[in-house]
Amino acid sequence: MTRRLTGNPVVPGAAEGVALVAAEPLSFWGGLNTATGEIVDRRHELSGRIVTGRVFVLPRGKGSSTASACLLESIRAGTAPAAIITSRIDPVLALGAIVADELYGRSVPIVVLPEEAFRSIQDGDRLTVEPDGAVTVDSPDGA
Amino acid sequence: MPLRLSDTDRKMLGGGHGEGASLAMRIMVRWAQACGADELMDVAQAHIDGCGLLSEAGLEFAETLAGRGAKVAIPTTLNMGPLDLRNWRDFGVPEDFAAMAIRQAEAYTRMGCIPTWTCAPYQGYLTPRFGRQIAWGESNAVAYANSVLGARTNMYGDYSDICAAVTGRVPRQGLHLTRNRKGQILIRLAGFDPADLGDDAFWPAFGHLLGPLAGDRVPVIEGLPADATDDQLKALCAAAASSGAVALLHAVGVTPEAATLSEALQGEEPAETFDIRPADLEAAARDLSTAEEGAPLDLVLAGCPHFSFAEFRKLADLVRAAGHTARMGGKSRVAFIVITSTQSHALALRAGLPHVLTDFGVRITLDTCMFHTPMVGPDTKVVMTNSGKCAYYAPGELGVKVAFGSLADCVRSAALGRVCRRAHP
Repeated sequence: MTRRLTGNPVVPGAAEGVALVAAEPLSFWGGLNTATGEIVDRRHELSGRIVTGRVFVLPRGKGSSTASACLLESIRAGTAPAAIITSRIDPVLALGAIVADELYGRSVPIVVLPEEAFRSIQDGDRLTVEPDGAVTVDSPDGA
Repeated sequence: MPLRLSDTDRKMLGGGHGEGASLAMRIMVRWAQACGADELMDVAQAHIDGCGLLSEAGLEFAETLAGRGAKVAIPTTLNMGPLDLRNWRDFGVPEDFAAMAIRQAEAYTRMGCIPTWTCAPYQGYLTPRFGRQIAWGESNAVAYANSVLGARTNMYGDYSDICAAVTGRVPRQGLHLTRNRKGQILIRLAGFDPADLGDDAFWPAFGHLLGPLAGDRVPVIEGLPADATDDQLKALCAAAASSGAVALLHAVGVTPEAATLSEALQGEEPAETFDIRPADLEAAARDLSTAEEGAPLDLVLAGCPHFSFAEFRKLADLVRAAGHTARMGGKSRVAFIVITSTQSHALALRAGLPHVLTDFGVRITLDTCMFHTPMVGPDTKVVMTNSGKCAYYAPGELGVKVAFGSLADCVRSAALGRVCRRAHP
């Protein structure tokens, strides 16, 4: 089944990938190993999972103001998610993506979806993010 | 809505204040647009968090800005850095790491930042005044500045902090505005004995509990003592900003925008009310530990956020007392590191405190953070700390098991070589 969701392109860009969905917020600093892309917050539900190349769907970031630096470094190192979808604007994550674009001319699109649309995305859905903030969701058969 | 810019903003954007300022303003403008702000506003001082993490991208960004001639436009302090600039060799930090860290430090000082190198800038130089609009990074410092000092800042993530310092401008939104500083939920402490709140483990444990409870809402706390110390509030803010996104809390009768409950709530009703009981605090303290009681201990870490003068004095009293207890032997059996700023350390030196700690086996490191400088080796398996923030991040950042306890628990455990707490908090 294919659906189309409309979001706010906080950091506009195009990307596609398989959804990695977190129910809980995550701090990218202390929560993400930028060399490997692994979620290393051992209290987090996704501890041990790899964000690289996935469309990372999380309610918002939290905690450290170093999270933007970690997103920037993961973009430089090639371990970043393909895109990030949140349910509210996360200024710290937006910053990491904007600085990456200024410094390296490449970035990670960030889209904010309304709560209901945000919650409709399931782990494993194939997502396409467009520069205008549209998100196309392909759910695997039987989902 | 499009972002409105002043003539000065436009001039800076167009390169009229140099290439470095132009890059900083371009990032500030794009970021303000991403955040949905409608204009920029002036800030009077800045505190830079972006100087703390050492990464190739972070160094490249700092050197790019500095290389293009960017200078800070407002008084700007520096957070802890990735290196003890004086003693790094004593802590086994590799040369190549140190060389990179020194380049990063030079880039920030070249831009005119004041080399405070502390994550507790509110206990050092240039403490902001009540009501002042500032741009601070470092989550614990942001929570403290807003809550305890009543200065006004959002959490300025790396590298918006240096862009704010160079441009003197930030998006006009969030906690800079009175309406957004209104308390939204009420947390009532119920059934606590005053002695519970006198235990220094209460504050980080309570902060740890508060973070997820508050989410992104401003919490108002009723029941904290009016004579809460700066260090207790520091521990509370640091833990709440780690387990959650708390950037402002009000404590009725304690913090400056909360003389009364009604003032903290700006005359409105709280969206939700929670009663916190001693059993909740015990659960929060347990949740901060991943190591078992009695586990063999490798390292004690204190000074997250950076140790204050008062904390030096308290630790000196504790280790002196341990020296008088035959069972403890008067020496730490494990590595014991205290992390602080040159400013607090200078005061402690004048009071003759560091040698008391050194005799017990404590090593003091300046300017840095155990999470940002490679001073904790792979042989370290179990760490004990009195910090909720350190306990929260240590398992992920250091790959260790962690035990949380009061400073007294840390000293006792160090002397015994194993995790040994009394029931807490």
